[in-house]
This record gives sequence, C-alpha cells and structure tokens, in this order.
Amino acid sequence: MVATFEPKTDYKVVGTRPIRHDGYDKVTGRAIYGGDMKLPGLIWGVCVRSPHAHANIKSIDTTAAEAMDGVFAVITGADMPKAPSKLVDLGEGNINFKWASNKLMADDKVLYRGHPVAAIAAVDRYTAEEAARKVTVEYEVLPSVTNVVDALKEDAPILLEDLVGDDLGEDVTNTNMAAHVRHEFGDVEGAFASAAHTIEREYNMQMVHQGYIEPQNATAMWDEEDRIKVWTSTQGAFPARTQIAGILQVDVSRVKVTPLEIGGGFGGKIPVYFEPLAAILSKKSQRPVKMVMERSAVFETTGPTPGARMIIKLGADANGKLTAATADIWFEAGANPGAFIGPAAMCVYAPYEIANTRIDGWDVLVNKPKVAPYRAPGSPQVAFAMESAIDELCENAGWDSLQFRIDNASKEGTRRGDGVLFSKIGMQEVLEAVKTSDHWNSPLGDAPAGKARGRGIANGYWFNIGLKSSANLAVNSDGTVQLTEGSTDIGGSRTAMAMHVAEVLGIGAHDVRPTVGDTESIGYTDVTGGSRTTYATGYACWLAANNLVDVLKERVAILWDINSDDVDFNDGVFSSKAEAEKTIGFKELAGKLDDLGGPANSTGSVDLESAGDGFGTHIADVEIDLATGKTDIVRYTVVQDVGTAIHPAYVEGQLQGGAVQGIGWALNEEYFMLDDGRMANSSFLDYRMPTTLDLPLIDTVMVEVPNPLHPYGVRGVGETPICPPIPAIANAIKEAIGTRLYETPMNAGSILKALK
Amino acid sequence: MHPFAYVAPGTVDEAIAVLNEHGDRARPMAGGTDLLVKARANVWELDAVVDIKNIPELMNLSVGSDGLSIGAGVPCYEVYENSEIVADYPGIVDGASIIGGIQIQSRAGLGGNLCNAAPSGDGICPLIVYSAVARIASSSGIREVPVEDFCTGPSQTVLETGDLLVSIEVPKPAANSGAAYTRFIPRNEMDIAVAGVGVFVQLDSSGQNFESARIALASVGPTPILAATTGNSLAGKPVNDESIAAAASLARDAATPITDMRGTIEQRKQLVEVLTGRMIKQAVERARG
Repeated sequence: MVATFEPKTDYKVVGTRPIRHDGYDKVTGRAIYGGDMKLPGLIWGVCVRSPHAHANIKSIDTTAAEAMDGVFAVITGADMPKAPSKLVDLGEGNINFKWASNKLMADDKVLYRGHPVAAIAAVDRYTAEEAARKVTVEYEVLPSVTNVVDALKEDAPILLEDLVGDDLGEDVTNTNMAAHVRHEFGDVEGAFASAAHTIEREYNMQMVHQGYIEPQNATAMWDEEDRIKVWTSTQGAFPARTQIAGILQVDVSRVKVTPLEIGGGFGGKIPVYFEPLAAILSKKSQRPVKMVMERSAVFETTGPTPGARMIIKLGADANGKLTAATADIWFEAGANPGAFIGPAAMCVYAPYEIANTRIDGWDVLVNKPKVAPYRAPGSPQVAFAMESAIDELCENAGWDSLQFRIDNASKEGTRRGDGVLFSKIGMQEVLEAVKTSDHWNSPLGDAPAGKARGRGIANGYWFNIGLKSSANLAVNSDGTVQLTEGSTDIGGSRTAMAMHVAEVLGIGAHDVRPTVGDTESIGYTDVTGGSRTTYATGYACWLAANNLVDVLKERVAILWDINSDDVDFNDGVFSSKAEAEKTIGFKELAGKLDDLGGPANSTGSVDLESAGDGFGTHIADVEIDLATGKTDIVRYTVVQDVGTAIHPAYVEGQLQGGAVQGIGWALNEEYFMLDDGRMANSSFLDYRMPTTLDLPLIDTVMVEVPNPLHPYGVRGVGETPICPPIPAIANAIKEAIGTRLYETPMNAGSILKALK
Repeated sequence: MHPFAYVAPGTVDEAIAVLNEHGDRARPMAGGTDLLVKARANVWELDAVVDIKNIPELMNLSVGSDGLSIGAGVPCYEVYENSEIVADYPGIVDGASIIGGIQIQSRAGLGGNLCNAAPSGDGICPLIVYSAVARIASSSGIREVPVEDFCTGPSQTVLETGDLLVSIEVPKPAANSGAAYTRFIPRNEMDIAVAGVGVFVQLDSSGQNFESARIALASVGPTPILAATTGNSLAGKPVNDESIAAAASLARDAATPITDMRGTIEQRKQLVEVLTGRMIKQAVERARG
C-alpha cells in the first residue's frame, strides 16, 4: 500500500530560500572537484584513442611507450576483465557490463571515433601524453554509419556482429537494430478513417551533448588488499560502484566510491568512463592514478543524447477532439544498445488524452558515442515532433492551439501512450496558468525593420522516478543536526534535504549540516537523476527526522520520568501530554543528551515505486533577422506544475536551466558529423551552447499541485523543462516567418534556406 | 603538450636570437590565447615559447598626428579603452572589442590576432581597411608589409624563421572618413565569424559622395580578403541605397567561402552582401560625424 499525504500550507522552512550550504565553498573556490585530487604518489593516466569511427584493430604495439622514462603502466583491451553480457538497472537506463566494458576500452574493434584502444599511466600528464603518441595501432578501416536511416539499410556495415536484436519479440541477427517495441491501444485505423482532420509529418534531430563544464575525471587506488578506492565526479556513488565492480568483476564491497563535487552532469555522469581504467592502471602501477578527460573526448566519447527520426500522425474530430495518433520513432543508440525509446514512448502523448494510439520505437546502433541520459532522455525529441504536429494540426483546422491543448489535456485517469493510467497530475492547471499569465496576455510587440516576431507554445512531460534512498541523522550537543545522505548534489539538493529535516524538527535550515556520503558511510542510494532526488531522498530525510523525533521522545521521557507515549512534539518543542506547561525545546534537549542516554541518531530509507508526473508548458517569443536568419529569444516563460517547491529559488533555477538547454538544442547545438564519422565541432567554440548574452531572463510560473505521494507534496522538477523549448521555438519561428522547420538545429542557415 | 622552455627577453634582438636558434620549434607569445591552445592540442610542438611582453617597443601604444602605432604585444582592452583611438579609429575598436570575451581581451591583442592568421580574425579586416602596415624585425633589419599581404593562408603568414612582428602602423584617417567592422555569429558573443566585413569610406566635403573606399572580408576565403574591386566601385558614386546595394553585390562575388560546420557557401555569400551594406552605411554615418 502506497502512503499518501494531504497537502499542507503552514510550513516554517519549506518554501523559504536559505543560502545553500555548499555556497561559500563553491564561490570561494574551496569546494573539492575531481580535478583538485591530490594523493601521495599520484600519477596521471591518459587514453590512446581511435582516429577512426569504425575499424578492426589488427595490432597494437605499446613497447615504445612502455620503454619511456616516467611511464608506469600501459593497458589495452587485453587487460580488461571479461565482463558477462548482463543487464543491470541503473535507475535512469540499464547497463550491460560486457558492452559497458567494451565502450571504455575497445576489444578487437573500434566502434566510434575516440574509442580508447590503450591507456597509459605516467609520472605526469605530459609524459603520459607523449607516451600515448608512441603507441602504434594498425587499423583496418571499415565503412561507418552515423544516422538511423543508413544504419538500417540492407547493406549497412554492422557494428556488433554478436548483437541479437529484438524485433517485437522475434530475434534478429546481422543487424544494427537492437530493439523494436510497440504500444497499441484502441482502434487506430478506424479512428483515422473517421477523423475530420489529420496530419502526418516527419521530424529529424541531430545528436546533442549535455555540455557540462567539468569534464569526466576519476582517481583510483587499487591497494595491496585488493580494495579499490575511487574518487570521482558522479551522479550516484552507489550506481558508480555497481558499474565499476561489474566491469572489473569484483564484489561491490571491494569498491569504495567517494563522490566529489560535480561541475554539471545532466544525466551524463551516470555512466562511468575513466573509473575502471584508472583502477586497472593503478593495479598495474601500484600507485594512485588520476585521469581527467580533454574536452574533445568529452564530446566524442561521452554521453550525447540520441539523434532521432520521427514520423507523427494525428487525427481529430470536427470539434477539435484528438481521436487518433501514431508515432514511429527511430533513435540513435551510439555504439551500444540503449537509445531511450522506452521513455520516448512514455512521454510522446503524455500531455493529451487520445483514445486510439500506436507507438513503434527502434533502438538503432550507429558509429557514434554510446548515448547517456540527458535531462528527460528521449522526451525532448518526441516533444519536438508531437508539439509541432499539434500546432500544425491546429493551424490547418483553424483552431486556437492553447485552447486545443486545454480541451485535450490529460488528467487523472488518462491513459499514457504506454498504457499507464495517470494519478493526480497538473497538466490542466498548467495550461490554465498559461492562459492567465502576463506573458500570454501581453502583445508580442512590433519587430524593428527587417525583422519578424513570432510566439509559440508547447507542452512537455517527464514521468519522474522514485527508487531507493538513504539518510542518517545525528544530533550535536549545540542543537544542530548532522545529515548524511546518499544523493550526490548537482543542483542544490543538499539544502533541500536539510530543509526536509529542519521542517520536521522545527529548527532552521542552517541548523542542519548536510553531507553527501561515500559508499561506506551511508546506505544504498540510487542516482541523482530521473528528477528523483528531492522527492525520494527528501522522503528518506523526512522519515529519518520523524524517527529522530521518536528517539528524542524517549530521552524526554527519561528527563521527566514519564512514558514516551506521553510526550508530544510540535514545532521544535517537546511537551508533556499530562502537563501542558512542561516543555523543552529541541536545542535545550540536545544539550542534555549526554545525561539522557548519549548520542541520539536515526536513519531513514525508502524504495518508492511511483513518483508523481511532471507537466510544463513554455511560451517563447522570437525575433528573426530576415536578412541573416538569426533568431533572438526576446521573451520566454516557463510554466510548470512543481508539486510543492521546497526551495523555490532552486526550483526556478531548474526551470530556467532546463529551458536554456532546450533553447540551445533548438537553435544551434548539434553533432556536426563528417562523412568519415568524425565530429567536426568537438569544442565549446564550435558546439554552440547559448551564453548569458544569448538569453533573456527566463520567467517562471510555478504551479503547485501537491504530489500526494510525498509528505510535503514534492514533484520532480528538473527534467520536464527541457522538453517544451524546442517545439515552442519551432512554433514561434513558424509564426514569425510563415515557414515551419522540421529539423534541429533551427540555426541561421536553416532559417535563411527556409526564407528563400 | 610537449614540454617547452619559457623565454622572456627584454629586447627585440634577444627575441630574434632565440627564434633563430629554435627555428619553427619556437614561437613568439603575446597574449598566448591562441598559442597555448595550439600547443596543448599538439598542433604545434614547441621547444621554446618567447614571451614578448617584456620588450618595451612591442608593448608601445601611441596615437600621434601621423597615425596610430600598436605594439605587437598590446592587448585589445588597451586599444578599445583609449579615447583617442575610439574617436579616430572606430573600425579598429569594433574588431578589438569582439575578439573572444573580456578575459581574452585583457591578454590577447591585434598583433597576435594578425600573426595567428585565421581567416576569421576579427582584428585583421579593420587593419586592412585602414591601410595598416606590419613592421617586422629580423636579424637583417626592419621591413614593412601591408596588412592585406601579411596572411598567406589559414595560419600562414609572410613571417619567416627569425622574424618578429614589432608593431602595426595605422595611418591617420583623412577628414570625412569613417570605418566599421562587424561579423555574423550564431551567438551574441564568444564566437567565431561565419562571415565578417570591414569597411572604410572617404567621403567628399559635402558628405554626399564617396571619394574612395576599402572593403575587407573575413571567413570567406583562406585569409581575410581585401575586396579591392568592391571598394573601388564606390569611388565617385553618390551615397545612396543604389550604390551601396551595388557594392554589396560585388562583395558577394568577391567572397570565396567554403561550406563547413560554421556555414555554407550560399549562407556566407548572403551574409557578406548583407553585412557589406550595413557596414557601408555605418561607416558613412561615422564619416559624417
């Protein structure tokens, strides 16, 4: 039985905006990131990477590198433990250890440009790099494929000869198709036959990257006891431990992962890259080994999100009711299976109630880096297709696209495209908030000469996840509380956790000192991902705090020589049920604990099946220079159901950050691939993410429909806001220039072409 | 990155001696914002980096009655924060103030931008249209090369082993002249030109007719290009939309871009035409004061 909670409004700490606990260390440069790691005897590791996107390795000669002064260890694919082909759930996507291992270090074949073929540990970084250049590799270059259409052609080069694809339950071999799934409900054909209005369009999107500032890094020490200590930038110390142990084929308890501060992740720091390589180099050299990735390798070999080809067909009756939809979705997986077609299917129709639907999704291998989660993985792609098609359907039929979205909005009981029925959700409330928002009710304004303006809206959705979290509390004698929790902090979550504890205990947010634990100081906790952290780890903190209240009631009972059942607790004050005037505050009690049984500690843990869905709608105003094709975003508003905002400033930050990443994806970001499978723009100069000068202040409207599954009503908020920007901007561009774009990026070149 | 020696000579002769000693395995460093990136990426394998910022002549910035002298090591911010340069050489300020971001501009300068010889170098077209000359020192003395002849290909210049750029000399613009530079970038800052256009115009005393013009184009050829025919076409023409449009169209023809990740041939030619028109108008506005 899932516990449910009634919404409250009389919070003391929840809903306030305290300064983040890690703030001073971060702005003064004292916070410790992976790049800061120093250990006695530390040496540097680097990779030797394939210059080819697809090639057989004929031979590798490492003798010249090994002979160099200052080189301590050289490894190749032959040094990788043979991990079994086994699927393990990491919370936001699965991992197969054989492929995960092969992704980090090629066996006899390279599958993407930059694929490591050897790694070297040396006394310093430059010696290691010099040694890397002395490794000679003989390749037999193979033709490469870098998009889903080419990859599925009859005569396409095959990436993984031993792949057995799953085509609707049938095994297929000699294929780049890892999976083909289908979800079908109602009478789709019949509904289209009787529809008054239909539309069918194809949409294509280039692969994009999370673009975190801090590159991947890892420091590892494999000691004489065969214990492996790893310090790394990760979105989950425990899932990192699972991966490292699986790839190295050792028990999880042999691996200790200490998570350091993270300079951005967005999902891309869920998979491990350097950790197992640094560990093997350490075992060989008997020294701690540090590896920090260069930016070009971050782009070429880590976590992009899938490029996509999608065909959407919609049908509506004469009254503007959506009656039928089909979606065919091909996603690039990169060099190993796992392209997030599952989440894409869950998200594509989620904002709408449609009786008759079919979804087909294909997970397709291409010679590009294996994709990694990126903020609502799979959802921004299908949102681009679906929300563009919705607007075009409305244009053709002469319907107001906001009213159409309201009339067809999903609600409690609506069936999602993959069959799940929604519980209490806020899509309708969000759309009503759009309708009454200042932005929607303000005129677009006149464009200067030579420019044109347009406004677009679009919905977005992420289902959010729950899963496992742990938290520990200990009371200090000065009335403060130590909180140790397992969620690595990528967006201010430590403070949100502390606020959960403070709210229960009736103390201030800064009376709680939060620490992110390593894998030997806190219980298992899943990734910081899936927008689960504030929801699930916050829930665990709430439980731990309530458990601490119970512990403290026992101590008050000792103090007053009464039964603990006769102790009340409200707003930080313990009182006697029998004698109401007999009270003691939390802080005073904390000072007396030494005489009342000693240390007072508690713990809380959860494993939550559901989380509460997140819906949002964005409004984008664009201004386009008709002579150059350049788009400026002149006004932008995010409206989202956030459940309850624990720390509103961080919630706003998530809404703004998601919008900004979506804006970059819409306008300029792309993997610009050359014919030989190389990425041409693997630098922050040419991979054009927006800067502050490219953006207006992103306005936010937080709609609060408390989530009944969380004690304070929290819904995950981090991922939904990256879904609407791409179609909202596509719809705005259409209004501005009269032509619709069906491909991303919608950059100046594409717009100039459309204007011709 | 290959380990290199850091040398910081105090005179031009000392610098030239080190450069001669190491040949193409040594490079002069001004701001270092291109050099260090190339060394790190192993584009250049260097044995010595010759920091020129201790050589007084190369750090000299002076504005006089006969023109502007910019030492090879003078950073951009010194150029655009100088009120005399802002008043008399606005086209150069246009370029200097958009190279990189503010941090880059406090190290990087026009001398380094010129020697880096990127087809997109935002500092170069303005120097070309102002008829600037590069003063180059070597063991055999000083020679002068017009800036439009300085770059010979992408990252290639007339500089030979042992050559050191000392300064860039910009003649004082005549009365009734004005100049401007802009580029098209997909973002608003911190980006590299898809196309760039610099324009210098000399009007007659009425301000209604062009006496002469120089137009230079960035990112549409292997080097920044002096579009001489385009500039010359304006001589004697009245300042009006028709003559400006005709020149912009000629600039489009003068551009010889390639298609790459930053833009297509068609897009770049279109941008050259658009930006040329806009920059002629801005230069005229400045010429008229």
